[in-house]
Amino acid sequence: MHDPIRAGLAAGWKHIDASTLGKGQTVETDVVIVGSGAGGGVTADILSASGLRVILVEEGPLRSSSDFRMLESEAYPELYQDSAARKTMDKAINILQGRCVGGSTTVNWTSSFRTPPEVFAFWQRRYGLHQLSAEAMSSWFAVMEHKLWVRPWETPPNANNKVLATGAEKLGIPVGAIKRNVKGCWNLGYCGMGCPTNAKQSMLLTTIPAALNRGATLYTRLRAERLRFSGGRISALDCVALRPDGIHPSGKRVQLRARHFVAAAGAIGSPALLLRSGVPDPHRLLGKRTFLHPVIISSAVMPERVDAYAGAPQTLYSDFFLHQAAIDGPLGFKLETPPLHPVLYATTLQGFGAAHAALMREFTRVNVVLALLRDGFHPESQGGQVRLGRDGLPILDYPLGEVIWEAARRALLAMAEIQFAAGARAVTPVHETAPLYSSWAQAKKGIAELPLKPLLCRVVSAHVMGGCGMADAPQRGVADHRGRHFWLGNLSIHDGSLFPTSLGANPQLSIYGLVARNASLLAAELSGRPPPLIP
Amino acid sequence: MIVSRRQFIRTGVAGSLLLAFSGWLNAAGERRLSSDERAMLAAIAAALLDGALPPAGDERSRLVALTVDGIARTIAGLSVASQREIGELFGLLVLAPGRMVLAGVGKPWREAGVGDVSAFLESWRTSRLALLQGAYAALHDLTFGAWYARPDTWEAIAYPGPPRGYF
Repeated sequence: MHDPIRAGLAAGWKHIDASTLGKGQTVETDVVIVGSGAGGGVTADILSASGLRVILVEEGPLRSSSDFRMLESEAYPELYQDSAARKTMDKAINILQGRCVGGSTTVNWTSSFRTPPEVFAFWQRRYGLHQLSAEAMSSWFAVMEHKLWVRPWETPPNANNKVLATGAEKLGIPVGAIKRNVKGCWNLGYCGMGCPTNAKQSMLLTTIPAALNRGATLYTRLRAERLRFSGGRISALDCVALRPDGIHPSGKRVQLRARHFVAAAGAIGSPALLLRSGVPDPHRLLGKRTFLHPVIISSAVMPERVDAYAGAPQTLYSDFFLHQAAIDGPLGFKLETPPLHPVLYATTLQGFGAAHAALMREFTRVNVVLALLRDGFHPESQGGQVRLGRDGLPILDYPLGEVIWEAARRALLAMAEIQFAAGARAVTPVHETAPLYSSWAQAKKGIAELPLKPLLCRVVSAHVMGGCGMADAPQRGVADHRGRHFWLGNLSIHDGSLFPTSLGANPQLSIYGLVARNASLLAAELSGRPPPLIP
Repeated sequence: MIVSRRQFIRTGVAGSLLLAFSGWLNAAGERRLSSDERAMLAAIAAALLDGALPPAGDERSRLVALTVDGIARTIAGLSVASQREIGELFGLLVLAPGRMVLAGVGKPWREAGVGDVSAFLESWRTSRLALLQGAYAALHDLTFGAWYARPDTWEAIAYPGPPRGYF
């Protein structure tokens, strides 16, 4: 398998693995971008294309298809934050988030949705973001869909997705097909461990190589520590190099000086960088309203093999339960089906000993359905808050309140009913005290009485959003609709932390579209060229 | 676990003190697992994996030891903050008072049976103290993660492993 990253490195890309630095350094450039995920990648591409000198700073390692061997034991420690075990402060939510070049786009499951129109409408009403609408953004989404091969997925769904379709259709619940950002996908099912065939059009394979081909510099294993500013302008970013383990600082420091700085470290990393730097925050908004699409899980044992590890993950979805009430009413949820692999499934599954072993023996017959709760719209759904722990590293405090549990119960009921309608022999909510229900009637009664509390009911997340929310005025947000920080003139925020609520959809395409727009506006300003003609 | 309010407070206070103490013991940072920690993890892994492990014997001991190695590797890959918290938990559990007061396991870990350890894990799993529930979840995830990361555990669950060839 041709590895375009290794080929690029051999051809002379400027990549500096900071763990190999023998001494500290100070470097000057036009723009410093912190983070190489969906936001950082698109920004690097667009700014470098307008002739600006760009430095990308990534805390994780540079890995590519030659390294992606479809093994959980390698992928989680190498490619994810905290070995795919990042937790909220009370340990009640496990967060899957990338930590490598390409960020979460290197390890995501390729689901691509435009920002739903009703979300833009809510942002206009509540946050005065009149410039952003489904119509105004449609060109930007189209640009990124074209660039990243976001297309309908023509291959028939795998058995795991088919369970969702079969059950939902029996109950009259509409199901849709998910577009995927892949080119020549082999339908293997290991997207979460890095694409071994270079089919997934992640930042690792698209925007970042484009920027490196134009002479951009990529630092890896380099942690952005603090922005230095005075008089409303940032002068430098202080970084600490990590050791080859990617965990401990090596003691070497790098200072990056630039005209402009872009925070694209994700919705935990970006607020944390700004908090550590002590940037102005007179309205105390920074790090607040962080959203997760808290995910509730229902596991079913089907009569036939499902082999949920095989075939493209997440190819079907249902938004039926997002549209049962007003957007700011009781929380709606999106249904999807995840891939299952032994470590991910065994660690998520409740219980231990003989009971756990018995459930694991059914591994190849298991179907799992996920409900992603749309947080951040209901007045009581305020999300979480990014705080700084010892060492200045971020901790996300996300309390799970009654408004979440009310939706979780509806979601567990909806998923169990769908799974039984599809022919499940047994269904269990992933919950410490839930038994294996053998009929819908039994599940309906049992789930109604299930105690729903943190650490009893498993909650996970793969979508971190908010914390540097955008708005029309500094009383309501950290940045404006262009991602420009309200208080520091040469600071932009280009990632999912800008979203003032969650989305009710997998976020990658929402980030690509918004950042493509904002990076284009920024490129015009910094290069003195006319702004893009797309509205 | 049904606990009275008095017990609940007493356990909470004792737990905080022990955690503070073990945190101090573990403040030194990265280090290898001690033999006491290995013995404690072996007892816990044997209980969590009971049902997946073969019955008592050399093979069971070998597989438990491999699992403890896997747990050590996993911990080494976690963030500094997570490593510190796990160090505090382990430091607490290897101390006899911690083992007896918080886990309720009377015998030293090397002598504790699956029944004793399972009872402690079950009490933490459904504890009213979030601290203990979270600690149980960490032990659960570390152990099952280390177990199912190994290809020799896949046959029992009929998982063929990732596709090979054409790469």
